[in-house]
Amino acid sequence: MIFKDFNKEFFILIFNRFIGLIKINSKNLAKFLGLKAVRLLILLIVIAAISFIMIQLSPIDPVRAYLGQRIVSEEQLAIMGQYWGTNLSLGERVMGWLQTLASGSMGFSLIFRVPVTEVIVQKFTASLTLMVVSWVLSAIVGFGLGVLAGAKEGTWIDKAIKTYSYILQSSPTFWIGLVLLMLFSVYLGWFPIGLSVPIGQLSDTVTFWQWLYRLILPAVTLSIVGIASLTMYTRDKLISVKKSDYFLFAQARGESFWGIIKNHGIRNILLPAISIQFMSFNELFGGTILVEQVFAYPGIGQATVAAGLRSDVPLLLGIVIISTIFVFCGNLIADIIYKYVDPRLRGEEDE
Amino acid sequence: MGKLLEVNNLSISFTQYVQGLQRHYLKVISDLTLDIGESEIVAVLGSSGSGKSLLAHSILGILPYNSHVTGEIKFKGETLTQETKEKIRGREICLIPQSVNFLDPLMKVSQQAVGECKDDEERKEKQIRQREVFSKYGLDESVDDLYPFELSGGMARKVLLSTALLNDPDLLIADEPTPGLDVKSVEETIQDIRNLKENGKGVLLITHEIDVALKTADRIAIFYSGYVIEINKVENFVNSKNLLHPYSRALVDALPKNGFKLTKGVQPLEEVPGCPYYENCPIRLDKCQNNKPELIKHGDAMIRCFNFDEDIPADSEAVVSEESDVIVSEDLVSEELVSEESDVIVSEDLVSEELVSEESEDVVVEEILEVEEVNDES
Repeated sequence: MIFKDFNKEFFILIFNRFIGLIKINSKNLAKFLGLKAVRLLILLIVIAAISFIMIQLSPIDPVRAYLGQRIVSEEQLAIMGQYWGTNLSLGERVMGWLQTLASGSMGFSLIFRVPVTEVIVQKFTASLTLMVVSWVLSAIVGFGLGVLAGAKEGTWIDKAIKTYSYILQSSPTFWIGLVLLMLFSVYLGWFPIGLSVPIGQLSDTVTFWQWLYRLILPAVTLSIVGIASLTMYTRDKLISVKKSDYFLFAQARGESFWGIIKNHGIRNILLPAISIQFMSFNELFGGTILVEQVFAYPGIGQATVAAGLRSDVPLLLGIVIISTIFVFCGNLIADIIYKYVDPRLRGEEDE
Repeated sequence: MGKLLEVNNLSISFTQYVQGLQRHYLKVISDLTLDIGESEIVAVLGSSGSGKSLLAHSILGILPYNSHVTGEIKFKGETLTQETKEKIRGREICLIPQSVNFLDPLMKVSQQAVGECKDDEERKEKQIRQREVFSKYGLDESVDDLYPFELSGGMARKVLLSTALLNDPDLLIADEPTPGLDVKSVEETIQDIRNLKENGKGVLLITHEIDVALKTADRIAIFYSGYVIEINKVENFVNSKNLLHPYSRALVDALPKNGFKLTKGVQPLEEVPGCPYYENCPIRLDKCQNNKPELIKHGDAMIRCFNFDEDIPADSEAVVSEESDVIVSEDLVSEELVSEESDVIVSEDLVSEELVSEESEDVVVEEILEVEEVNDES
């Protein structure tokens, strides 16, 4: 009801800011993005090196993992080790890994027997739909509940939403997934118990509706994780807006309660809430791994678990790097929103 | 002359929880009676943090939920309820807030002045009106698109005033309109408020700056420890002899132009059984300790003191003795921090910005002696 006729001008404002960000601040923005790119590069090198070293120090032997159950002689092992460079020093191996990475190759997946980049592109695309849907869902529901709870602070609605959020916040994702699965798939039979395509059907013959139908339960589960924190954050922000002087003055000017919530409350909490939502990319990625496992949804999450369990070192390292970039992008967007969309900070930037 | 606003026996208290579930009522305003006519400016003068603003909030019906209000507020002869307050606020009674913090930081000022509109037609009308009022106060069209943080101090003040005047209200409540302003801006503010009076509007000026009150108001209500102790015409504030309450006299005597006469004592923080000024009063009676005086009419003025009760022979000539350790009014003029434990009040403190603490007692005494010496010499 609040969103029905939400101030168009504000969205125009945000839109104009984004346009203005390209036009007016192109120079500043270029500098900003340039600095960010340098930071990303440094971050990636450090992450790649550290994760590689950690794998090297772990009991995983890549040669053994590659060979699996095959029986080979000590000599053959030594040849394999020499070919793969396991006999080199740690420093040399790290440098070798970083050089290969710089050339754009992430190696060859041991499980899938295709280049890691290919695996990641395929799996990540499958997961992306799941993540985007649940991310948008948690943003809308979380923000809506937060506004409602904040506006109705102290009433039973607020208490109900708060309790709901606390329960969600403190329950693990996989457990919520299992509960939903039991309830809706096993007892009620409304949804399939897993997989992104019906069993016995080729993936390219799946219709859009079949695909969407199978996406609902995992997406809902994944969104639930994000809802609780966003709700509590939005609620808290709105309550502090309600205590502000400008809220008081808006009341004194005779504006209606929901009018003030709409015109001043949402206006002031929307930007921070969007930023928070972008910064939650790490939770989203972590949640995806669990949810895909519970729902047997073939995406990047399942690939991560498989790579870990079956010692697919190249794939595991590739996923680490991709997830780093993913989370970094989320934080970058949050930064841009704060810096360039908020008129107060933008004004400072102009001077 | 019909009164625009009448406040009768208004009391405001808050429920507080101290130490777990123990409830505690904090009385902020007690038995406040006040009236404002058309084309009249009435100032409520009291120290900062004493709860004067709550009077404004109470008239507008925007008190926080844990407040408890008794008494009656009448506007144009009609008793106001929460519903009628919500209807007339922003239309017939408008607030001129203290600072630019009262504007939404993310909304253009013109948009805020226009406020909420039912439809596009109303919006257009209001936008035209907003432009008119803004131009009247010298705000050109470029100001319309500014955000509050982009306004200069003077512009912000004019925007706040224009915003309040947009709906052409009959009564304006100016809540501390002058703190932190330079002398020129203060003069402008005073002039703006006086102009409102010329246009037939009633103004309730809430302030802790005695100077502003003296220059602006027609009548001044002195607010002491939650009570209005005296309401008198501004002319009578020129000479303390014309004032009735010993506190008002002490206050006026403490002004630099009236000889900086010093006084000791603080306003009681806790509710006292008798007159709130009993502790410091030079003309107190026995009954003052345990009985509360009512606010009664005395000529044109109103006074809360047993000395002016008809039953008791009035001793209005009683003069505050030189040695008296009375007089109060620590932060009426200045904004500094006075520690609660301190029962010392400093003369220069009335005009200066110094930090007063317990240690300053000696200094104060010296100051007092110096002043007395000066008096003796002269």
